[in-house]
Amino acid sequence: MGISYFAPEFEVIRNEDRCIQCRVCERQCANEVHRYDGDLQKMFSDETKCVDCQRCVSLCPTRAMKIVKSDCALRENANWDSDTIKEVYKQAGSGGVLLSSMGNPKPYPVYWDKLLINASQVTNPSIDPLREPMETRVFLGKKPTRPERRPDGSLSCELPPQLELSMPVMFSAMSYGSISYNAHESLARAAEELGIYYNTGEGGLHEDFYAYGPNTIVQVASGRFGVHEDYLNAGAAIEIKMGQGAKPGIGGHLPGAKVGADISRTRMIPEGSDAISPAPHHDIYSIEDLRQLVYSLKQATHHRKPVIVKVAAVHNIAAIASGIARSGADIIAIDGFRGGTGAAPTRIRDSVGIPIELALAAVDQRLRDEGIRSSVSLVVGGSIRSSADVVKAVALGADSVYVATAALLALGCHLCRTCQTGKCNWGIATQRPELVKRLNPDIGSQRLVNLMTAWNHEIKELMGGMGINSIEALRGNRLMLRGIGLTEKELEILGISHAGA
Amino acid sequence: MTAPNLKEGKVRIPSGCAISAVISREGRRMTGEGIIRSMRPMHERSNGLGGGFAGYGIYPEYRDFFALHIFYDNDSVRSECETYLRSVLEIVRAENIPTRKLPAITDEPLIWRYFVTPLRSVLQRMQLDENEFIARAVMRINTTIDGAYVFSSGKNMGVFKAVGYPEDVGEFYRLEEYEAYCWTAHGRYPTNTPGWWGGAHPFALLDRTIVHNGEISSYDANRRFIEMYGYKCTLQTDTEVITYIADFLQRKQGLSLSETASVIAAPFWSTIERRPEAERRQISYLRTVFSSLLITGPFSIILGFSGGLMALNDRLKLRSMVVGEKDDLVFLASEEAAICAIEPAAENIWAPSGGDPVIVRVKEGAY
Repeated sequence: MGISYFAPEFEVIRNEDRCIQCRVCERQCANEVHRYDGDLQKMFSDETKCVDCQRCVSLCPTRAMKIVKSDCALRENANWDSDTIKEVYKQAGSGGVLLSSMGNPKPYPVYWDKLLINASQVTNPSIDPLREPMETRVFLGKKPTRPERRPDGSLSCELPPQLELSMPVMFSAMSYGSISYNAHESLARAAEELGIYYNTGEGGLHEDFYAYGPNTIVQVASGRFGVHEDYLNAGAAIEIKMGQGAKPGIGGHLPGAKVGADISRTRMIPEGSDAISPAPHHDIYSIEDLRQLVYSLKQATHHRKPVIVKVAAVHNIAAIASGIARSGADIIAIDGFRGGTGAAPTRIRDSVGIPIELALAAVDQRLRDEGIRSSVSLVVGGSIRSSADVVKAVALGADSVYVATAALLALGCHLCRTCQTGKCNWGIATQRPELVKRLNPDIGSQRLVNLMTAWNHEIKELMGGMGINSIEALRGNRLMLRGIGLTEKELEILGISHAGA
Repeated sequence: MTAPNLKEGKVRIPSGCAISAVISREGRRMTGEGIIRSMRPMHERSNGLGGGFAGYGIYPEYRDFFALHIFYDNDSVRSECETYLRSVLEIVRAENIPTRKLPAITDEPLIWRYFVTPLRSVLQRMQLDENEFIARAVMRINTTIDGAYVFSSGKNMGVFKAVGYPEDVGEFYRLEEYEAYCWTAHGRYPTNTPGWWGGAHPFALLDRTIVHNGEISSYDANRRFIEMYGYKCTLQTDTEVITYIADFLQRKQGLSLSETASVIAAPFWSTIERRPEAERRQISYLRTVFSSLLITGPFSIILGFSGGLMALNDRLKLRSMVVGEKDDLVFLASEEAAICAIEPAAENIWAPSGGDPVIVRVKEGAY
């Protein structure tokens, strides 16, 4: 064994007075941090393997455990911080690309936290959602530019296909493969109960989950895993994944070790083979190619399903979105650079793309400037953390948001950011049966329903405070937002005034 | 005078207000004295920062011409604006709007009126109908000629407004000398202190006028949608955006009055679901297609147009509005007292529910 150039990041602290040597921690840790020495009748820890997922802490019956950040530190250096130094050590040791998971953890500005929401005082009454109807229903999809009438003058009432949401939130794409069967089942059941949608991600749709089709968005990504006619027709909408906020410009890789029998069948690839999604769609090298795929998918589904095009928020996002809106897409989903992932190269995750708040503001305004905002709905994700973020996103111009990280947190994720290892102790980002079974879909779906129900209550409270009793009157209503601590340029891009102005 | 940075359009100005209207279903014309009288008991609903009236049927001798009412800051702006008008319109008559000096009304701008018709050659070249042409000319003057403001632009109708209490504004404009089959009126209580005449109400585009009491919470959602279609909300007031919404839905999208009402004061989804199938489909359709034109927050509005009017409350009825009748006359006002001031014997006085439009039409051929 070579020299370890740096100390473990965490310390595993076990209160020996409390420990009863029940060995739960040992059984629960897929990273094999904990070990029982029968001779010494004592628990030992190997903190080099600890990822701080808090599974042992949560399960310890005597609350004997805690995981703390190690104070064994390199000499302080504002330029060479310890993470940067450790990454150099790692790459010097491995010769490989650094991998990470979940969203960008770097201290970039979080614009949601610099936006403040309005409330009514005196001139206009606030509305109590406990006493008055408060509407959060949303329809996503293309709206006609002019109402059609029949020869007798009555309205035709024929709309292009729409998604109806009970609240402006959907569960974002996470593939079966990157997350477990039980995680998917939890999302699907919660979406059905809530009257919203979950998204298959690019891994196809497990045969057991066709039953949740009316609440499912099926994804078509560059690897085309699991895509066939029944799959396309199984969902309520089809999403073409062009990009992902956590790793704009690159593809994906599900290691063969995770491709067991079930995933092999669902993805339609041989068992044990690596599932590689190319960086681009090799049939889409330009915007006119996208149009062809959009219409191919519409034809394959008899023009009954709205088509979503999902892109990562990158520098030229406004022009890209305008192109997508004109390519026949019904909905544009934009994923910001703080969006999560099951695995991404660290350098890409931490340095590519732009914040979703700025991308959303720029896209919504551009589509309005071009007079085509009604021809497409806007969904934004990466990262929406609370109901306040939802309200701010809608006020900036989103029709709805996508959430994934928050949904995983509801299922037990502790954001240890090591999904790529496949050893998720919470049964979420893993395919190992003994770990998957730790996530009970009855409990998981209920926790998701609870979370979204709570958010919807809060959304209604915030809307009522503003004197708005329907979500569509909030959409794009930027007068309801003020910036705090933002520059003139940031305010200009966000299209809002500073607090006090 | 107010500071220039608080002029209308620089800041958003919510206001509380009084509204009133009277219309003859027979097309019988009435002088402006009645409508002025109706505003007096609602004096407390205004604060002297704006009052105005719209009269329909007041220019029968010029019924085929658009009547432009324009405020000018000075004569040089007037000549600049008139140069533009002459380049695209035929002006058959130009004159000062007659006024009466009153101590209560001061700082008046130059107030002019023109009866015009678009030049046929210009219409053909631009491939526009005359309404669209006039609407664009109004937008152009109001956004590009600083110091000129068109505040009325319909045929055989006119808006008269000023900074002051409405009853004084009515006297100032000598409304007893005009006869209309329909009058609407407005007294303003802005929560800011602008001193500009253009900011008073009614707000008008072509023959559509709006008087409005309330403060809408959907303002910026509505504004940002309507501005996609060539409208410019220069005043940042609710009334302006509501006027454009009415113009867009009716003139450009071809919706009927009741369809328009079911867009801007759409019934709640829970209500829609209880309606019969055909109606449910239609209202859901309109609500989905024009979701950004739903108006929330308190409002009572009276939309005037050639041959009729429509009154509408927000769907929670957060502002008062009552209706009364007497023979061929229909009265609408923020308060019953306003109706009684015109017609003490008014009958069938009732308060329409939130979101239910009250539509009154003059009998065909009588206007």
